[in-house]
Amino acid sequence: MCHISGMYTQGLDTPGRDCGPSPDTAALEARFQQRVDADEKIEPKDWMPAGYRQTLIRQISQHAHSEIVGMLPEGNWITRAPSLRRKVVLIAKVQDEGGHGMYLYSAAETLGISRARMLEQLLAGTAKYSSIFNYPTLTWADVGAIGWLVDGAAIMNQIPLCRCSYGPYARAMVRICKEESFHQRQGFEIMLSLSRGSAGQRAMAQDALNRWWWPSIMMFGPSDGQSKHTEQSMRWKIKRFTNDELRQRFIDTTVPQAQFLGLLVPDPKLRWNEGTRHYEFGEIDWQEFQSVLKGNGPCNRERLEARRNAHDRGTWVREAAAAHALKQQARAQSARRTKDSEEAA
Amino acid sequence: MNNPVSQDQDWPLFEVFIRSRAGLEHKHVGSLHAADAQMAVEHARDVYTRRQEGVSIWVVRSSDITASDPAEADALFEPARDKIYRHPTFYAIPDEVKNL
Repeated sequence: MCHISGMYTQGLDTPGRDCGPSPDTAALEARFQQRVDADEKIEPKDWMPAGYRQTLIRQISQHAHSEIVGMLPEGNWITRAPSLRRKVVLIAKVQDEGGHGMYLYSAAETLGISRARMLEQLLAGTAKYSSIFNYPTLTWADVGAIGWLVDGAAIMNQIPLCRCSYGPYARAMVRICKEESFHQRQGFEIMLSLSRGSAGQRAMAQDALNRWWWPSIMMFGPSDGQSKHTEQSMRWKIKRFTNDELRQRFIDTTVPQAQFLGLLVPDPKLRWNEGTRHYEFGEIDWQEFQSVLKGNGPCNRERLEARRNAHDRGTWVREAAAAHALKQQARAQSARRTKDSEEAA
Repeated sequence: MNNPVSQDQDWPLFEVFIRSRAGLEHKHVGSLHAADAQMAVEHARDVYTRRQEGVSIWVVRSSDITASDPAEADALFEPARDKIYRHPTFYAIPDEVKNL
């Protein structure tokens, strides 16, 4: 008999614990892979290999951190949005990113890591997040470019994750993908307005595309040959397509959109290949990618500093809320005791 | 960082259930941390109903939920598997008989 103290989705008790006689790990792993191959979903309390759990914790927490840090570059423009309409839209979008971070932290917690631990890793600078958010938002057009390109690339990455083998992650992604679609469209709409505007506005849109294009296509991660996690992740059905496949798909769908805007994609080697029905594109500067990832991007320090400040400045709120909860609890208990003794008398 | 985060600083975990509209049941949508149940309802409003997903919210502390064990799923659910006579399709009724 095995004592169940936890919860069927989120409140994890001891992960992967065994009840009764345990078959050896190899047999468990084989059974696990069979379930994955049969497209069964894996749920928090099911047995899973330690590597599967670790891979998911890493991927989901990085994803959550990206949503949270991703609020910063766009938040930078909330007070300077060019109209009330643009402002309410941007606030709603940034709030969505915060919400996405919350869904994802919850999903990661089902694997046995605490929220506090993930936050600690982010604030200490030991956790990674998408390096795209270490670039600055210099003009209003950057807000458009982020929605169109960065959210566009994110959607391309995330749609296959809705079918990920891990149930809580897949469910979070379904919710997120539904919401991201508005993000991308509002971004494209900003770019469209600018590209149909004055010469200065068109130049601003082109400049934003120039600066965001390469970082956006780097978002899909290293080329397949260099990606150390891809093969195993695909076997576990955490990943459904390789980085290069998704990148190609993004380029193929986005280049015609840029053409519609009348903007020039900043890649002299970009050309349509009629034979493959795909765009060919130039060499990606992986040195830049690695350097930004290692902390040397234009805004790495600023982003972490902003998160640390937010955490520190929120301390008194968290403490007050916890004290309030304790006081309410004590009041409720003493009210119950009074009522009980009155009834007894 | 003046306030290092430690494991025990997490607020309690709550599971969130949303009724999407009157007439439907509350459905589990996810979880969140909150200092107390009232705050959990308020946070659930912001995290899970930004697009009119609900008309009512339930929250319950995750630690108050007792769940079945996946390892015992067969023992629990297997017995219902061969009882196909519990389904209407088990019974062959001639086509000319109506309203059955």
